[in-house]
Amino acid sequence: MECEVIKQLIEGRLAESEVEVTGDGRHFEATVICDEFAGKGLIQQHQLVYGVIKAEMADDSIHALSLKTFTRETWQRANP
Amino acid sequence: MDIQQRIAAFVEEVPVVLFMKGDRMFPQCGFSGKAIQILDACEAEYETVNVLSEDEVRQGIKEFSNWPTVPQLYVAGQFVGGTDIMTELYENGELKQVIDAIQDSE
Repeated sequence: MECEVIKQLIEGRLAESEVEVTGDGRHFEATVICDEFAGKGLIQQHQLVYGVIKAEMADDSIHALSLKTFTRETWQRANP
Repeated sequence: MDIQQRIAAFVEEVPVVLFMKGDRMFPQCGFSGKAIQILDACEAEYETVNVLSEDEVRQGIKEFSNWPTVPQLYVAGQFVGGTDIMTELYENGELKQVIDAIQDSE
């Protein structure tokens, strides 16, 4: 699967999210910025992202996806 | 007992358990291998379950935690996370704290 496709999938299904994806075609890393993460623990944040690409994870078109999740605020703080 | 009940009983009974591909001597994937390294670095006493040996467990564990991949770490019956979250918790010292707290109370 292409990085650009995964970016579109997540941004399309996770409201008001900004996503950057890198990877080798099977193993991917994504940075996801979305205010819906606010107040959620790490597991819930990652489950939100995995939830919108459940089918693609289940059929192994995305074999692995490592996640870094931020709200807009925590992103700005991490990237002044 | 169906697979979900079997998993629930097992994670309640074993303080620290890692569902992984392969075993600690022969991890069958990079992420499972990294999870083992992290647990060893925490000097944890833990059991592993090789999801490759039983397909029912391989699918059942993903449903149990609503998490699409393996490995999966459980401490005191609670889902802690996969390799990503284990790495982050290990790097900020939280993982060793959580595991030591369980093993001290044993």
